[in-house]
Amino acid sequence: MEERWSTEHVLSLAPDQASLKAAGKLSGPAPWSGTGWEQGVLWGLCKGSGSTPYRAAVELATPAYKCSCPSRKFPCKHVLGLLLLWSAGTVEATEDAGQPDWVAEWMTGRQAAVEQKAARQQARTEADPAAARRRAERRSARVAAGAGELRLRLADGVRRGLADHGASAADWEQVAARMVDAQAPGLATRVRKLTHTPQSGLLAGYALLHLLAGAYARVDELPEELAATVRTRVGFTADTADLLAGPTVRDRWQVLGSRDTADERLTTRRLWLRGAKTGRPALLLAFGRPGQAPELALPTGQVLEAELAFHPGARPLRAVLGPRYGAPEAGPAEPPAGFSPAEAMAAYGTAVAADPWLESWPVVLSDVVPVLGPEGWQLTDGRSAVPVRRGSVPEQALWRLAAVSAGHPVTLFGECGHAGFAPVTAWAEHGRPVGVGQ
Amino acid sequence: MTTPTATLGPAADGWAELETAALLGTDRRPLPDPAGPPALLAAAGAVDRTDPAVALLDLAALAAVRRRAGGQALPAPELPAAAPPDDRRELPRAAAHRLAVLVGGRTAGAAPANLAELLPQWLGAALERGYRLPPALVPALLDAARARSELRGDVVALAGPLGRWLAERNPDWRFVHRTAAESVPGPAGPQIWQEGLFAERVTYLARLRRERPEEALQLLGSTWATERAEDRVLFLDALQDGLGAADEPFLEAALTDRSKNVRATAAELLSTLPGSALATRMAERARTAVRLEGRRLTVSPPVECDAGMQRDGIPPKSPTGRGERAWWFGEIVAAAPLSLWPADTGLGPEQLLRLPVGDGESDWTDDLREAWARAAVRQQDADWARALLGPVPRPGHPGRTAGSPARLLSVLPVAERAAWAAAFVRAHGLGDAFQLLGACGTPWTPPLSTAVVAALERAAGSGAYPWSHSGVLGMTERALAPEAAPAVEALAADAAPDTAWAETFTRLAGTLRFRAAMLAELDG
Repeated sequence: MEERWSTEHVLSLAPDQASLKAAGKLSGPAPWSGTGWEQGVLWGLCKGSGSTPYRAAVELATPAYKCSCPSRKFPCKHVLGLLLLWSAGTVEATEDAGQPDWVAEWMTGRQAAVEQKAARQQARTEADPAAARRRAERRSARVAAGAGELRLRLADGVRRGLADHGASAADWEQVAARMVDAQAPGLATRVRKLTHTPQSGLLAGYALLHLLAGAYARVDELPEELAATVRTRVGFTADTADLLAGPTVRDRWQVLGSRDTADERLTTRRLWLRGAKTGRPALLLAFGRPGQAPELALPTGQVLEAELAFHPGARPLRAVLGPRYGAPEAGPAEPPAGFSPAEAMAAYGTAVAADPWLESWPVVLSDVVPVLGPEGWQLTDGRSAVPVRRGSVPEQALWRLAAVSAGHPVTLFGECGHAGFAPVTAWAEHGRPVGVGQ
Repeated sequence: MTTPTATLGPAADGWAELETAALLGTDRRPLPDPAGPPALLAAAGAVDRTDPAVALLDLAALAAVRRRAGGQALPAPELPAAAPPDDRRELPRAAAHRLAVLVGGRTAGAAPANLAELLPQWLGAALERGYRLPPALVPALLDAARARSELRGDVVALAGPLGRWLAERNPDWRFVHRTAAESVPGPAGPQIWQEGLFAERVTYLARLRRERPEEALQLLGSTWATERAEDRVLFLDALQDGLGAADEPFLEAALTDRSKNVRATAAELLSTLPGSALATRMAERARTAVRLEGRRLTVSPPVECDAGMQRDGIPPKSPTGRGERAWWFGEIVAAAPLSLWPADTGLGPEQLLRLPVGDGESDWTDDLREAWARAAVRQQDADWARALLGPVPRPGHPGRTAGSPARLLSVLPVAERAAWAAAFVRAHGLGDAFQLLGACGTPWTPPLSTAVVAALERAAGSGAYPWSHSGVLGMTERALAPEAAPAVEALAADAAPDTAWAETFTRLAGTLRFRAAMLAELDG
């Protein structure tokens, strides 16, 4: 039977603060009846203001949620309340007494939906391959034209002088729009980033963009992995089904941390894993509409046996989740093995040598103490140090980290890059993992 | 993006020259000569230099990637001392979860009143049971306590050594060091008194007073002459805690203070010291003003406010515009020790209160009662407060209660307060009960809770709106006994669906359940 999730993990599923607060009030046993937990499914009846109680259920492995309440929040406060109740140990396992009919029905329906989706994907891959090739060729030509135009614009900028850069922000917005037209969204994003890069970082920004556009111009001559990296950076995306059809890596993947970022259109969840056997790092992305938490949720610290398919590249990291073998299980009690600050910088160095556009690389730091100095926060093992990347987490999160450490060494997972370390998860001695960022 | 130099030592790679050329533009600046170690030079040598702008970007790309790939760790900063260990026990897991929910709900601003109100209760209960906090939640709680000063004492105590360690590092949490939850700080104390902000000094004085009253008096005396008048008043207030005979000389001296407010405050404090010279002087004046003649109390109010009276804190002008003699009379009786009356007449408070007052021409009953009520509150005299409150007045009958019943009530033992308030609520409903309920200890006793729930039921039945009782309802969420939960749930179930009362009762029941679960978890 899988481990109960931590409260922190449950809270991280809440689509917004209001749901979180409402769920808190439903997290005691009183409004609940008929609760149960077996075979990876959790359910219960929650008394609301109406005469019939709401039926809430969670399929824990995916996870997937269901509730009979009319809320459009997802997961709703009843589901969150049920999860909180369960995470506090209040819901007992039902020992295979059988799920109530309404839960069993829902599970059957879900199974059917999953099969339908697979069938649709199958149908799509069997569509006309010749037409697909023609489409791909047309796009390549458009992206190449866009990249060429971008190189000219960058060179013009350097000819005129970057000190003029501020005056030309509107021009760059136009260039970004051109890159979108050229179907190179990766270039567009990087161009937009230039418009709010401080002057001290401008030359590096220009140069790396120039390098990328130039690399695309001769992408066919590059080694296969580097070519894949360049395509991804320019904005080509790989189809999940195609990736899963290729080689996959089966391992026991330990969840090192997760982080949500939201803008007005999308919530993005990053989940970082590490293979217990292969030692490979992996990054899963999941997305949710505003007001809805991304569906994929794996509790930090747990281990999931599964196949991952990596996006191709010179330094593969991003992956998609393929077949799973069982539900997530409790991970090792000890914090994961890691690096010293000096080794972490070297690990990023190796990665960036393979993929020059890499901003950071996932790394576990062992036995570091967070120290606040005049230059900001640093993480040190007493021999060397990395700075915490400015703005990577809110100030409050760093104090949380300081409190967990209390001046003692901690294990810290995060992203190490040229601008410093962005902490994600901390393990104090004998402690359970604590999410730092949120 | 920050500068790539952030994690690098000085590197002879010509970056500064490239940057200068790029900022000014290759139209104005020549392309710099390549510089750096041999491998970089070799790569730079292969760059096509036909178009200087393109060449500059190529060279910069080489240098930038080299810098990133060769980034090095910084020298280690000095390690700070670790926080001292905290040997209190860990919270039960469920209670830690609950706290995460309570604190998590805090940040979004418009938290429902009940959650915001439950945090202090949670903190108080956890402190009583001797727990320490999960370290990861300490910063959020310190932030909460910074915003809500009423949480500070408990949060600082619960956060313990870790909280103090954090506060040394974050100026936002400076309040931790001056929160009166723990013992008086050692060497920093006198410094706070000499250099601290006013609020810090008051807190320090109050804290010292609680622990070592005489030392506090000495400290105050040492700088008294140089303090500003408005500060002197508040410093004097701090002496209220642990007031004793030893303070009398200081207070007597303060009766001649330049500031009227200081004089009045000193007089008020002295009047609560039954053995003080001021109390004796007041007793003398009160004896002259009120006399037992047969079965009647006759009143002869003072004819002037002489210098002695003024020195003892009686303002010659009535601030309320009442008759001046009545005003002086009230001030005298309120400041005289209550023990004087039974001692002089051989009658108890109950008996004294039954006597007619006045000479038949003018009725002084109300003035005397009012003054006695003020004295009972000031001297915290439960016998007099009980007698003055009397039984709860029946509806439609004016009570004989003088002064503020809520203030008199607060003098009584907790159980008695609750019983009186319950009787009042049963007889009069909730309309005038707000202050009385506020004077009762929380959580309310079961009988008081039952009375309030019954009154709410009557209010709902009478067609009143819940928001006309919003003050009492807010208090109810904080204070109702958990035992009342079934009764409230029954009300919620019985209320017409989708009405304001149904919603009110449901929310109240939810809060009670939440609170009961919360306390059970802490015992778990």
